[in-house]
Amino acid sequence: MSQSAPTREVARRVFATEFNDATFSFKESDDERAPVYSLLPTGERANRVFIVGTLTETEDVGEDSEYWRGRVVDPTGTFFVYAGQYQPEAASALRDLDTPSYVAIVGKPRTYETEDGSVNVSVRPESITEVSSAVRDRWVVETAERTLERVEAFEEEGNEYARRAEEEYDLPLSRYTQGAIEALESLDENEEVEQPA
Amino acid sequence: MSDIQQTASDLYEQFSDHVDVTEDEIEERLDKLVSEYKVPLSEARRSVESHYLEEAGLERDDIGSRGGNETVQVEDVDEAEQWVDITAKVVDLWEPRSDSVGQVGLLGDPTGTIKFTKWAKSDLAELEEGGVYRFGNVVTDEYQGRFSVKLNRTTTIEELDEDIEVGDNDETVEGALVDIQSGSGLIKRCPEEDCTRVLQNGRCSEHGEVDGEFDLRIKGVLDDGEDVHEVIFNDESTESLTGIGLEEAKQMAKDALDTTVVADEMRDLVLGRYYRVTGPTLGRYVLANDIEELSAPADAEAVLIKARSM
Repeated sequence: MSQSAPTREVARRVFATEFNDATFSFKESDDERAPVYSLLPTGERANRVFIVGTLTETEDVGEDSEYWRGRVVDPTGTFFVYAGQYQPEAASALRDLDTPSYVAIVGKPRTYETEDGSVNVSVRPESITEVSSAVRDRWVVETAERTLERVEAFEEEGNEYARRAEEEYDLPLSRYTQGAIEALESLDENEEVEQPA
Repeated sequence: MSDIQQTASDLYEQFSDHVDVTEDEIEERLDKLVSEYKVPLSEARRSVESHYLEEAGLERDDIGSRGGNETVQVEDVDEAEQWVDITAKVVDLWEPRSDSVGQVGLLGDPTGTIKFTKWAKSDLAELEEGGVYRFGNVVTDEYQGRFSVKLNRTTTIEELDEDIEVGDNDETVEGALVDIQSGSGLIKRCPEEDCTRVLQNGRCSEHGEVDGEFDLRIKGVLDDGEDVHEVIFNDESTESLTGIGLEEAKQMAKDALDTTVVADEMRDLVLGRYYRVTGPTLGRYVLANDIEELSAPADAEAVLIKARSM
């Protein structure tokens, strides 16, 4: 069968807490152009993520050229999104969008080491679009579901990325189960709050 | 079992009653043609078949559908070069584009539809649209992920006095629309008859520089966090997805002196939203005939109950 087209990487669903904990990244081969994966603590590799949250703040943090940083908040924490001249559409979206507003972002996980030696995780966006609160609520439920599925599969035999996560991280999985529960519970509370689309 | 071994074993079943031959001998003949003389396996099979037909003094029709072909349904066809029997209804007959093709069209059974080709030189009975037939010994083929069956000289056709309810091969996929690929939005197609290729910089890969005809299309990616599905929206479904019709798109492009504004606008309107799409598959694409935006929040309660139990 023809396998000429490379398989597109799935966009993982992950809450901010877990995403920011995923400080370990790796490649599956030595090839320079091989995709980089971030290792999710719940035992999955992520080369792409799909996140939906509230854009609360945008700032041009560039020195010579524009380099936009956006803070995108979900029920568990904050994603940091950076877009510069190589992500022109995403950069102009951050420039133009009002805060607060709900946004959907498709992007790649990126890690960088700070001066004090800690590792920060951020999103390099492929696209940013404004969405409705319904999309955001749907994402919260979906992301909770996917997170729980990963936690459930963690102890399964042959779960390669779970074993790797065990080696690389020392974080209790309950952190993510609890995060999912709180995220779901938060949906009830703000049901009435409608964001203009 | 290699393809050659499989073919050898098929042929052995076909001929063991007629000629004194072993499976190894057949395999050796096939292997010589395929490995040494670089003949495609289908041709090698034909050649070896001819050899034994002659040896046995038989005509191709004599061995016909013998040899233990598998009787399959349309949805089971997922591999090329398989000799199978199939019972199906002629759903559609198309205009053959080549003199070598006798009849071409669509066969259907309850599991779906599949293209068929009947070669002009294979000297078979004329098929009628709406007719139901039992086809013996047809060979499967694949082109760009789409399967078809070829009727050939050895095929037997028996008209049946029954009707078949033809099913569709529709697939339903859902997820967030995470990407709109290049070649989407307001595009131009080659105006040559039966061509419809999408032009690149005003050029058709087959007919060169032509005056293209505008069309709307979206090639998108639906992603549910576990799998990705590529989806094509034609002009009609693009309009129902985005609310932008062909005339409006042309006007937008005219105002901006740029056709790419249409795709950009469409990205803003649909990326990041959830959709459920149903339609037939074409290679790795699902053709979006039916589109539903999933705007209602999913069932949080069920997930919450599961989470609390963990």
